[in-house]
Amino acid sequence: MSEATETKKPAGKKRFELDDRLKAYKGIWVFIEHERGTIHSVSLELLGEGRKLADSLGVELAGVVMGPPGETTRSFCREAFFHGADLCYLMEDPLLTDYRNEPYTRGMTDLVNKYQPEILLLGATTLGRDLAGSVATTLKTGLTADCTELNMDMEGRSLLATRPTFGGSLLCTIQTLNYRPQMATIRPRVMAMPDRDNARSGRIVEDALGMVESSIVTKVLEFIPDEMQDKPQLPFADIIVSGGRGMKKPENFKLIWDLAKVLGAEVGATRPVVQSGWVDLERQVGQSGKTVRPKLYIAAGISGAIQHRVGMDASDVIIAINNDPNAPIFDFAHYGIVGNAMTILPALTDAFRIHLATARKAG
Amino acid sequence: MSEKFDVIVVGAGPSGNAAAYKLASAGLSVLQIERGESPGSKNVQGAILYSDALEKLIPDFRDDAPLERHVIEQRMWVLDDDSYIGSHYRSEVFNQQPYNRYTMIRSQFDKWFSERVQKAGALLICETTVDQLLLDGNRVIGVLTDRQGGEIYADAVILADGVNSLLAKKAGFHPELHPKDVALAVKEIHFMPQELIEQRFNVTGDEGVVIEMVGKITQGMMGTGFLYTNRESITIGVGCMLSDFKQQQITPYALLEQMKAHPSIKPLLQGGEMKEYTAHLIPEGGFNAVPDLYGDGWMIVGDAGMFVNAVHREGSNLAMTTGMHAADTLIELKAEGREFSAANLKRYKTRLDESFVMKDLKKYKNMPDVFHTNPQFFNDYPELLSKAARTMLTVDGVDKKTKEREIRSSFRKRRSLFGMLGDTFKLWRAFE
Amino acid sequence: MHIVVCIKQVPDSAQIRVHPVTNTIMRQGVPAIVNPYDLFALEEALRLKDQYGGRVTVLTMGPPMAEAALRKAISYGADDAVLVTDRVFAGSDTLATSYALASAIGQIHKDMPVDLVFTGKQTIDGDTAQVGPGIAKRLDMQLLTYVSKVRSLDIDHKEIIVERRSEGGVQVLKTSIPSLITVLEGSNEMRFATMANMFRASRYPVKVWNKELAGIEDPTKTGLKGSPTVVSKVFAPTPRAVKAEIIQCESDDPKDLSVTLLAKMFAKHPKLEKEIAKRAA
Ligand SMILES: Cc1cc2nc3c(=O)[nH]c(=O)nc-3n(C[C@H](O)[C@H](O)[C@H](O)COP(=O)(O)OP(=O)(O)OC[C@H]3O[C@@H](n4cnc5c(N)ncnc54)[C@H](O)[C@@H]3O)c2cc1C
Ligand SMILES: Cc1cc2nc3c(=O)[nH]c(=O)nc-3n(C[C@H](O)[C@H](O)[C@H](O)COP(=O)(O)OP(=O)(O)OC[C@H]3O[C@@H](n4cnc5c(N)ncnc54)[C@H](O)[C@@H]3O)c2cc1C
Ligand SMILES: Nc1ncnc2c1ncn2[C@@H]1O[C@H](COP(=O)(O)O)[C@@H](O)[C@H]1O
Repeated sequence: MSEATETKKPAGKKRFELDDRLKAYKGIWVFIEHERGTIHSVSLELLGEGRKLADSLGVELAGVVMGPPGETTRSFCREAFFHGADLCYLMEDPLLTDYRNEPYTRGMTDLVNKYQPEILLLGATTLGRDLAGSVATTLKTGLTADCTELNMDMEGRSLLATRPTFGGSLLCTIQTLNYRPQMATIRPRVMAMPDRDNARSGRIVEDALGMVESSIVTKVLEFIPDEMQDKPQLPFADIIVSGGRGMKKPENFKLIWDLAKVLGAEVGATRPVVQSGWVDLERQVGQSGKTVRPKLYIAAGISGAIQHRVGMDASDVIIAINNDPNAPIFDFAHYGIVGNAMTILPALTDAFRIHLATARKAG
Repeated sequence: MSEKFDVIVVGAGPSGNAAAYKLASAGLSVLQIERGESPGSKNVQGAILYSDALEKLIPDFRDDAPLERHVIEQRMWVLDDDSYIGSHYRSEVFNQQPYNRYTMIRSQFDKWFSERVQKAGALLICETTVDQLLLDGNRVIGVLTDRQGGEIYADAVILADGVNSLLAKKAGFHPELHPKDVALAVKEIHFMPQELIEQRFNVTGDEGVVIEMVGKITQGMMGTGFLYTNRESITIGVGCMLSDFKQQQITPYALLEQMKAHPSIKPLLQGGEMKEYTAHLIPEGGFNAVPDLYGDGWMIVGDAGMFVNAVHREGSNLAMTTGMHAADTLIELKAEGREFSAANLKRYKTRLDESFVMKDLKKYKNMPDVFHTNPQFFNDYPELLSKAARTMLTVDGVDKKTKEREIRSSFRKRRSLFGMLGDTFKLWRAFE
Repeated sequence: MHIVVCIKQVPDSAQIRVHPVTNTIMRQGVPAIVNPYDLFALEEALRLKDQYGGRVTVLTMGPPMAEAALRKAISYGADDAVLVTDRVFAGSDTLATSYALASAIGQIHKDMPVDLVFTGKQTIDGDTAQVGPGIAKRLDMQLLTYVSKVRSLDIDHKEIIVERRSEGGVQVLKTSIPSLITVLEGSNEMRFATMANMFRASRYPVKVWNKELAGIEDPTKTGLKGSPTVVSKVFAPTPRAVKAEIIQCESDDPKDLSVTLLAKMFAKHPKLEKEIAKRAA
């Protein structure tokens, strides 16, 4: 979706009849993304969402697992079953050890052409977006990027993929009418993680990649992993204390860190804060940063611009501290304190500390 | 290898554009340098355009200039803390083409104007600041910009760089501005749906309303407030003398905030979304503050030359007119094969003296001082007027004659009879 | 060496407003800028040119006013600029956009063989990150997305080594030329244009190509017709039904406010209280 957001007139409401050739496409697929032996949580989130779509259409939900031969790759199939898949398409090949566009695109397009799913979902990660764009172009079908909501229009068995547009000021719903499969990438952390059910299992359908290394142009020379311990894991934090430009000075950010420490929380920030270099990029929450869904989000000196909001709106409880009673953040926070963050934050930190100490004593 | 032009115009505001347009149309090679990202990019706010000056330059400007609304109603409000008393003049005559006054949004207007200038053949370079004039002895021979390889030469340089012309100052053509010669104006633009504006101001189509305000909103400082209706937005602002801001220790922002909260103004802005806040200086020193306007190889036009009629809130038309005269002078000299020396450029000054520009400035030359030394115009009178109106309009069993007496005595209590007479005289003298 | 950089002119989304009643975009006064992400791509291309020589051509598909974006690119040091503009392109989604751009690159290639195509990571209006991969597939080029650094380029052996951002680290990839690279933000900073380039940009005759000149073979693959995706609804995010409960106390003492807040919150969310107690311990 690039030009389309602004120029297209909404599609008419007239009844839509799917091409016979396309009626053969059945089932929901979720690409199971993994790297270095771990599955990406967005794939599991998508299985939860895919389950709902599959049930409403009365079709099967499949995971697509591609990777090097071995137990680890196969374990991803089991993981997919636990999270709702009915079956898995499994493609094992040493050429699929590291992610590379060429073999993965080829493998995925072959599978789609052979088994014909009606919907294919991928995480909107660096890997997912790389693969989805390539696969959609190869298949000449529609792809909706970075979705935040999925629904079905049962009439045309058409996926209603909703995503922010114009920097999040508006949302738009996009359909892929006369093309199959309908593809979408979905942001990590916007869909809820489904419950794990270890009793579930499913069928595995195996296929071969059918490529040789010498035919693949791009080679992986090296992989430099991020030092896990240093990288904040914002998307998965249960509690986040975030600061915005209202914190005024980098030194004042210490108040944010202090509160975070008492709560065992992660520290987040708005884009201006990140761009001023007060904290690093990994901590940016929002449209061009991380999407988070903690149990508690504390926002201090943050106006609540839409680009920030879309990244934290799904938090269970939001507390906002802002000295402007008209700040937009109060429109969607759950609790608000109107006041100077520089005096409220230390007081709040103390209050939490005391409250927690007594709660602990009480057992 | 440096470039050389007939004329370099510094600035792409109304004055620079007018000059460059004329020059390029006459076939001179013209380079225009603008420091903003695009012409008008530093000028988001709305303003009033007086057709006359532009018409002389681009007779068909109405065909495609981005004009917002033509003004059919002018309101003059005098405000105290919680009321206003005022006059509204609305006439169907203002609905007859060609219209005389328009509201416009400077960023769009300047961009359009500049496109015309470029079509006429001038070369425009944006995002480039002229740091210095290049001099050969006393003679200006070009400019130095802030970019690598930034020396550019020309036979003449027109300084159209706006109020507080740093270039003129650096070159010693211009003394430091006095805080009493400049007003600081702040403006905001509030977006709101077209239908809402039309309902609220009782207009349809392209019709627009202007409100000029004086009184307590400037908190005793010399200045005025204003509100213009644009197509999909409202421009609101207030301007006061810089020296007064200094003395009163109030920030322009706070002043505007208080003005917007006035019970007569607040409802006009309801439902709007504030988009842009800008502050800008207006040279209001008038006739007495006009600097030297020309020399060997240089001329000053527009705000840089203090060409603003503060009383009638005219600026862009004077800017265009001075730009035009500067250009005409150069075109004439070039045709005669004469050089752009100070002696020859004197013709520019002569042209200005003969035009409405200097005549108007001269007419109001004492105005700044009158208002400056007599704050009662902005403080006492609005309150008294409002009180008078309130007294007359409140039906409370007091007979009208008594009321009139009360009003008269309240005026006299605040300003002695002598004082009032004096004020009238001062105003009359200044206007004359 | 010849690098084509795809850039797009976009409305500055920081300044976009939505009409409160009709939910349409209000464009009045919203400036058009070069997609900020594309500037990283352009600067990276210019650096390669500085180092290895060659030419940089900038390409955009858009309305006639998008010419301004190209001129800007020229002022930074790009050598050539092509604007692909035609009514038939209106309403293109990413599949159709990549088709048009790929065709145009094919035409550029005929004049001077193209070694590398650079795009930004994504646009700030479309925000899809799909056009780059789309062009690569259509031109059958190697695709390297989210590249943070070009480590080395060996023109004689047609080999390039890059660092690519992946979810959990950095992949170092070697591939052959021609290839398409989408450049990650923050990998460099745009240079300040020289006076000479400013002059060049304001005088440069931008090449304007309609669908024929751009080599479009099948116009039904462009514009609305060539776009599988259809926007069926545009709407504003629903405001939350209840606004924040503003904590108030008799005293405005931060301490009292904080204590009141915790009491209220934990009364309503006892699970949260336990959770926090557990973590903090
Ligand atoms: C394409 C695009 C992508 C973007 N992506 C993101 C993104 O991913 N994440 C993001 O966050 N932003 C993003 N933005 C920027 C976003 O539009 C806003 O500019 C940003 O979120 C505002 O940050 P802020 O709330 O810290 O600053 P501001 O909007 O300046 O707000 C500061 C707030 O602090 C309050 N305040 C001031 N002083 C005090 C005090 N003493 N005590 C308490 N409160 C105080 C003020 O009242 C104000 O509400 C993006 C923008 C664009 C155009
Ligand atoms: C709040 C406010 C309201 C007004 N309302 C009205 C009104 O309603 N009607 C009216 O007729 N007039 C109005 N005016 C006055 C009017 O705006 C000015 O008189 C007019 O803009 C003067 O034009 P100018 O070309 O001389 O200067 P400017 O419009 O100021 O243009 C100067 C240009 O030069 C550029 N520049 C400056 N220095 C350099 C440099 N060193 N190198 C390169 N470029 C440079 C600037 O970026 C600018 O674009 C108002 C002014 C203000 C502040
Ligand atoms: N109309 C266009 N013209 C030129 N390049 C484009 C266009 N649209 C997208 N691109 C390029 O493709 C990249 C990704 O765009 P998008 O898929 O819209 O997020 C951008 O950063 C640009 O480099």
